[in-house]
Amino acid sequence: MIPPAFEYLRPKTVPEAVALLQQHGDDAKILSGGQSLIPMMKLRLARPSHLIDINRISGLAYIKEDGGFLKIGGLTREAELEGSDVVRAKYPLLLDTATVIADPQVRNLATVGGNLAHGDPANDHPATMLALGVQIVATGAKGARVIAIDDFFVSLFTTSLQHDEILTEIRIPSPPPRSGGAYVKLERKVGDFATAAVAVQLTLDDKGAVQKAGIGLTNVGATPIRAKSAEDALRGKKLDAATIGQAAQLAADAAQPGSDLRGPAEYKKGLIKELTKRALTRAAERAGK
Amino acid sequence: MQKTSAEISGMGHSMKRKEDSRFIQGKGNYVDDVNLPGMVYGHMVRSPYAHARLKSINTDAAKKVPGVLAIITGEDLAKANLAWMPTLSNDKQMVLATGKVLFQAQEVAFVVAEDRYAAADAAELVEVEYEELPVLVDPHKAMDADAPLLREDRTEKNNHIFHWEVGDKAATDKAFKEAAVVSKVNALSPRCHPAPLETCGCVADFNKATEKLTVWLTSQAPHVHRTVFALVGGIPEQNIRIISPDIGGGFGNKVPVYPGYVCAVVASLTLGLPVKWIETRSENLQSTGFARDYHMTAEIAADKEGKVKALRVKTLADHGAFNAAAQPTKFPAGLFSICTGSYEFPQSFCEVDGVYTNKAPGGIAYRCSFRVTEAAYLIERAMDVLADDLKMDPVELRKKNFVPAAKFPYKSPLGWTYDSGDYHAAMKLALDTIGYDALLKEQAEKRKKGELMGIGISSFTEIVGAGPAHTFDILGIKMFDSAEIRIHPTGKAICRMGTKSQGQGHETTYAQIVAQELGIPAKDVQVEEGDTDTAPYGLGTYASRSTPTSGAATAMAARKIKEKARKIAAFLLEVSEQDLEWEPGKFFVKGAPSKAKTIQEIAFAAYTNIPPGLEAGLEAVDYYDPPNLTFPFGTYIAVVDIDKGTGEIKVRRFVAVDDCGNIINPMIVEGQIHGGLTEGFAIAFMQEIGYDESGNVQGGTFMDYLIPTAVETPHWETGKTTTPSPHHPFGAKGIGESPNVGSPAAFVNAVVDALSHLGVKHIDMPITPWKVWNILKEKGITG
Repeated sequence: MIPPAFEYLRPKTVPEAVALLQQHGDDAKILSGGQSLIPMMKLRLARPSHLIDINRISGLAYIKEDGGFLKIGGLTREAELEGSDVVRAKYPLLLDTATVIADPQVRNLATVGGNLAHGDPANDHPATMLALGVQIVATGAKGARVIAIDDFFVSLFTTSLQHDEILTEIRIPSPPPRSGGAYVKLERKVGDFATAAVAVQLTLDDKGAVQKAGIGLTNVGATPIRAKSAEDALRGKKLDAATIGQAAQLAADAAQPGSDLRGPAEYKKGLIKELTKRALTRAAERAGK
Repeated sequence: MQKTSAEISGMGHSMKRKEDSRFIQGKGNYVDDVNLPGMVYGHMVRSPYAHARLKSINTDAAKKVPGVLAIITGEDLAKANLAWMPTLSNDKQMVLATGKVLFQAQEVAFVVAEDRYAAADAAELVEVEYEELPVLVDPHKAMDADAPLLREDRTEKNNHIFHWEVGDKAATDKAFKEAAVVSKVNALSPRCHPAPLETCGCVADFNKATEKLTVWLTSQAPHVHRTVFALVGGIPEQNIRIISPDIGGGFGNKVPVYPGYVCAVVASLTLGLPVKWIETRSENLQSTGFARDYHMTAEIAADKEGKVKALRVKTLADHGAFNAAAQPTKFPAGLFSICTGSYEFPQSFCEVDGVYTNKAPGGIAYRCSFRVTEAAYLIERAMDVLADDLKMDPVELRKKNFVPAAKFPYKSPLGWTYDSGDYHAAMKLALDTIGYDALLKEQAEKRKKGELMGIGISSFTEIVGAGPAHTFDILGIKMFDSAEIRIHPTGKAICRMGTKSQGQGHETTYAQIVAQELGIPAKDVQVEEGDTDTAPYGLGTYASRSTPTSGAATAMAARKIKEKARKIAAFLLEVSEQDLEWEPGKFFVKGAPSKAKTIQEIAFAAYTNIPPGLEAGLEAVDYYDPPNLTFPFGTYIAVVDIDKGTGEIKVRRFVAVDDCGNIINPMIVEGQIHGGLTEGFAIAFMQEIGYDESGNVQGGTFMDYLIPTAVETPHWETGKTTTPSPHHPFGAKGIGESPNVGSPAAFVNAVVDALSHLGVKHIDMPITPWKVWNILKEKGITG
């Protein structure tokens, strides 16, 4: 558990960090909370030549409502989501997610930006952010640009961030009235990645039918998966057992899990179906309140 | 037994653990805390292949890494006749590979450098050329004619290690022929790993001037390890000092000698510098002593009323590439023949075959007195299968077949003499505590509604405290153990034992034994273990043997001291010894209690006012050879609920009633039970060191080899009955392992019970959610 040698750099500003990324090229990695990168380095699975520690850059950790969005700074720790009044009041899906990521010690250091930028389909935020339809703000040499979350996850451990860009902000659209969400995760033990998990965000109309639905799936494919056909099947419908069952089946159909120690692929598809039912039910309850 | 005051805190007091004040303040001193001037670091190069010919090793690039001091290969060791070392099971094991490698992560070369980073970097640059060979993973194929031959070093050209059998085969077979009912279960006790929080490691320090070798070692058996080092290394035994400092858990994992230890010693002998070698977590999980891997079949012959007639057991034991089990010499399958359990079987026959596979070596006793967990699991599973076949309540079946309390000492058909027991009493307390009848009603109602709930019983018998010298030895050394007590002039004491605590709380419990016997407050008794230069020789701590052996020796040594103290007291009080009576802490004159001398006054006199004809001082040593083992027992009951949608199992309740005879420290016993139950829970539901077809380890990190946290761990409800051991000096039995031995069957029985109405008879551990879900899917319950 001893990493190979690397250069450690600690910029004080975002432009400085971007400049360092440009200077050191593909072998440089951003160190945020370090909860994925450091273990990978210790196992020598990741071998960056330069580690650019952004933890001392001020102004990158915040949670605030602004201009129709909940804006979360890239360096915001997971634990801060759990403690945030606005998250607790209005973003139950986000709160659900934040409380099941790894364990409290990890959440004290791990960052929301890192959880997404790592591009790991087993991480919990990606599915949640897909369900919430967020925007990602990436800052590079030419300034900031906005990436729709649907365009963000490219392949395993790869996102659409350029190598000289830093994920600086996540923008979650403020939910309209009669919205609710839920994240339901099955894990073998606390701190484990999900065997499978489902993120659901719903907005109901005034008659209780689904106006908008977002469904994201964790750890059942090379990238986090958005279950679009399941979302489509819900639109305009009331959430009775048949509708929920149909959407759950469509979500399971969208999953492309592999078999591993967490279980065979068929089981994981079955789990997605079951967890989708539970997440839809819970999200609907919350939307109806 | 007279209970002492809280001030004295003898037996039965829940005194807080004396060692904990340093542990909770981070002031423990573990092997990796040892730092010596000039110390250098070793790093192991390991094989990525499970079975491969070693073609060449090129160390040129590695040697160029700044700070690298030496790179040792198997060929280097072979020149000193050290390429192989003996195991504790009459086999031998490669220290560093020569010729070929036999398991993934096998030790191939040892890099020594000035710091850990340079050593790790250089290890990566050691170029090893391998030629892959066919891999043998499935032990059931080990004896096939076309199986690859693993151990070319042996005269026997096959993969068979041993055949061992016990019992009357003919009489057992006859009983089966005549039986009205025969039940059978194939049960795997999967390969798992003790995974102590502290991995294995050492600091070897050879002083070229004094020729003394000091080794700080993660050892459960430092004295035996000293002898092994002397025999293997040819170093005079008085020039070897093994120090086991604080040990962060062992559970059997720290009984064997590992190649890293030998390499560190060789490096220190070569360089004349202290060499530290500490395993990583993955190295610990992938290469050091695993446990279990017993592929078992049990058959029970019974009459229609459920009275058992015979037990027949056949087992295939996967020992990996080398038989590095730590077992008493005469017992290649350990004490597995305790498999008749708590039941009165008139006949039994048990046979075990050990085989080699391309997996890590071992077969160590993980919190288990040598294969007792396997045995207890098997018989408790088999009894449930019989109950199911007979449509009988598993409780009724057990009660009908328990060895009755009046029949102790009880001689089992496989040769053990159980010292004492009252199985009905433990069962009754467990049933009353959990409310068994109400649970049965609830289960019946839930089944009508399609809900899945199960109740699992395990009424196990343990066998611990190896062991009597006439039967038990390791490498020829008899399995006695020892204690030395010295009373200082001010009435305080220091004791040293041949055992070695790894978290069991010996510094407290041994002190309480002295307090009980001599009336010296336990807080005034210092306990030291683990330094072979100061402690008397002993076989170490494993197999729940410390209290049965060294604990007994402590009491016996204290009694020797008390006899001398009586002589001194008689002298001081000017009466004859027969006129004295004892109460904890003092002798007094019969009928005149004010005429008394405290143990502290007597101790002072032993150095200042010595009676004529007596030697000065007040100390004693005892080497205790136990007349028999001790047989703790208990009844455990688990209640589980199953989530049909996900296959998740929730342990709703768990009641553990244990009987370990007289208890030294109830709090420590309860802590031991909590820890062992948590391990049993993990074994039942989470843990397996699996291998893929190519022999790649599947459980090589804590990402994949799961250790439960407080969140997953059920709430434990404990209770006790007390049936003292008749032969132990203070009636105690071992306890540390009972919860690990007894609990897996309770968990599995509960899950199988939840599904038994669907026709499920058995599920192999670990029972993961996906296994349950697959069954439910197959039965059309979910999916």
